[in-house]
Amino acid sequence: MNIATPPPQRSGRYDAGVMKYKDMGYFDLDYQPKDTDILACFRITPQEGVDADEAAAAVAGESSTATWTVVWTDRLTACDKYRAKCYRVDPVPGAEGQYFAYIAYDLDLFEPNSIVNLSASIIGNVFGFKPLKALRLEDMRLPVAYVKTYDGPPTGVVVERERLDKFGRPLLGATVKPKLGLSGRNYGRVVYEALKGGLDFTKDDENINSQPFMHWRDRFLYCMEAVNRAQAMTGEVKGTYLNVSAGDMEQIYERAEFAKQLGSVIIMIDLVIGYSAIQSIAKWARRNDMILHLHRAGHSTYTRQKTHGVSFRVIAKWMRLAGVDHIHAGTVVGKLEGDPATTRGYYDICREPYNPQALQNGLFFDQDWASLRRMMPVASGGIHAGQMHQLLHHLGEDCVLQFGGGTIGHPMGIQAGAIANRVALEAMILARNEGRDYMAEGPDILAAAARSCTPLAQALEVWKDVTFNYASTDTPDFVPTATAA
Amino acid sequence: MRITQGTFSFLPDLTDDQIKAQVAYCQGNGWAVNIEFTDDPHPRNTYWDMWGNPMFDLKDPAAVMYELGECRKVHGGRGYIRISAFDASPGWESLRLSFITDRPTEEPGFALERQEGEGRSLRYTTRAYAANKPAGERY
Repeated sequence: MNIATPPPQRSGRYDAGVMKYKDMGYFDLDYQPKDTDILACFRITPQEGVDADEAAAAVAGESSTATWTVVWTDRLTACDKYRAKCYRVDPVPGAEGQYFAYIAYDLDLFEPNSIVNLSASIIGNVFGFKPLKALRLEDMRLPVAYVKTYDGPPTGVVVERERLDKFGRPLLGATVKPKLGLSGRNYGRVVYEALKGGLDFTKDDENINSQPFMHWRDRFLYCMEAVNRAQAMTGEVKGTYLNVSAGDMEQIYERAEFAKQLGSVIIMIDLVIGYSAIQSIAKWARRNDMILHLHRAGHSTYTRQKTHGVSFRVIAKWMRLAGVDHIHAGTVVGKLEGDPATTRGYYDICREPYNPQALQNGLFFDQDWASLRRMMPVASGGIHAGQMHQLLHHLGEDCVLQFGGGTIGHPMGIQAGAIANRVALEAMILARNEGRDYMAEGPDILAAAARSCTPLAQALEVWKDVTFNYASTDTPDFVPTATAA
Repeated sequence: MRITQGTFSFLPDLTDDQIKAQVAYCQGNGWAVNIEFTDDPHPRNTYWDMWGNPMFDLKDPAAVMYELGECRKVHGGRGYIRISAFDASPGWESLRLSFITDRPTEEPGFALERQEGEGRSLRYTTRAYAANKPAGERY
C-alpha cells in the first residue's frame, strides 16, 4: 500500500500530484554515505499494510525536503543533494513489524553549532506522521566536520578533576532532601553536614528554583556559607550545584552571575530549559570558568519506550555538542530505568574520544568526537554504599555517584552517611588498584572497611536488602555472538 | 582535624606495602609516579614542591619507595607528602591518581575568615593556621 494514493497515470517526476516517497529520490540502497553526511538510525513501525521501504523513504523525505505532494519548486534547487536518502532497512531482531531505517543527510541541510536546527530537522515533523504507528530515533553519527562547529563541554572531565584536585576515584554527591519545603537556612545545614562528612558535591534537585518556602538568593547564600565552612573543616575543595534554571534566559543569567559572585565552582540547569538556553549557558560557563551540571529532567517522557521517541544516547550526543560537563546517565543498580548494556553505551558516549559501533550497547555507528571534551556521567537515584563494588564495576571511575537518600537517610545522620559512602568508595578503589577481584570480594571488602568505620557498618546494615530488580524497558536488540577464534 | 585531600584520606594511613601496591598499579598503567611535599596544605595550593622529576621510565615500585624514604628523611613529620601518577595519553595528559602518604602528627587545620560585603554577600578566605609561621617552621 502506498502512503497516499498516487494518480493512475504519471508521465514525469515533476508532474503535479502524489507519488511514492521511494520514487521521489529518498530511497537508494546503493547510496554510499559520505564521511561528511549526518547519519541517523530510526526504528520504524509502519501501520498495517504499509511497506517498510516506503515508510523508511517517507521518514527520510519528511525529515528533509519532502512534502506530501510533488512541488515544481524543487527544480529551483540542487534537490538531489538536499534529499535525505534511506540507504538501508533491516528488520529489528525479534520484533515483528519493526525496522531499522538508516538515513543519510547532506551536511548542508544543517546550520552549524545549533542543536535547535539539528533537532528541528531530524525530529521535527516526522514523529507525528500518520502512516507510522511509532517512530524512534535510535542513534546518530555526527561527522567530524559538524562536531567541530561546537565548543562542547566548557570544562570537561580532566580539567574538572584538576580544578577540584580529585583524581583516581568517582566523585561523590548527594541531592538535598526533602527536595521541596526546606528554608534556605535549613537547606544549607544539609549541604554543610554532607560536605563536611566527605562528599565532594551536594546538589539542588531539578524542581528547586525559587518557591514561596525559599527564594533562590537565600538558597545560594546559605549554600555557599556551607560550602566554605566545609572546605575549611576538611581542607578539600567542595561544591554545590546551584540550580539556575528559571522561566527566562535573563533570570538564568542573573542567577548564574550571583553564583559566580559568591565563588561557586559549579552551577546546574535542567534539560527542560531547552536547547538554545543550554547552548547559551554553556557559553557563559566557558567564559566564567564554571562547571556546568545538567539534570536530564523530563527525558523519560520520550526516551524510555522502545518503539517511540528519542533514545537517550542521542540526547547524550546532543548534550556533548551543546556543552555540558555533567549529565545524568543512569545507575544500572538504582531505582530508575537502566539496563547495564544500554547504560554502558551512554557512558561511552559521554567519556570516550571515539565510540566504535557496538550494537550490543545500542551504538549503531562509529562516532569520532574530534577531541571534544568529555562529560562526567552522573549516577543518581536509589543507590547506597553497599552497592559500591557494583557501581565501580558498571560505571568506572570517571563519574559522579550521587547518594541522596543513601546519605541523608543514614540512621546516625547526614555526616555519618557521607562518611560511610566515602570510606566504602576509597576502600573499593584501594582494593581494585591492588588487583583484587573487587566484584566477587565486594561485600568482604566493605565489611572489612566497616570494622574501623561505624557509620559504614550502620549503612550496610540498614540498606543490606535494598535492590531494585525490575525488567528494563529500553534494552539492546542485539546480543553479542561468540565468534570462532 | 584531618585533611582529606587525595584519594585515600578516609582510610587509615596506608602502610608501606599498601603504598607500594598503588605505585605498582600506576606503573603498570604506564603512568609516571611523582613525589611531592608541602607545608602549605591550602585546598587550592596546586603546586606542591617536587622531590625530583616525575619518574617517567621507572617500572620498579621499590625504586619509588626508596625515593619516598629519602623524601621522608628530610620532610617527614614536617609537612605533607603525596604520591601522584601522571598519564601522558592523548586527551588526558594529567593526573590519574594522587594520595597523601605522610602527614604531620598535629594538623591544626584552617580558619575561615568572612568579609561582610554589600547586601548579605560574604567574601570567604580559607587560611591554614600553620601558614602563620614562615615556610619550614610550620609543623
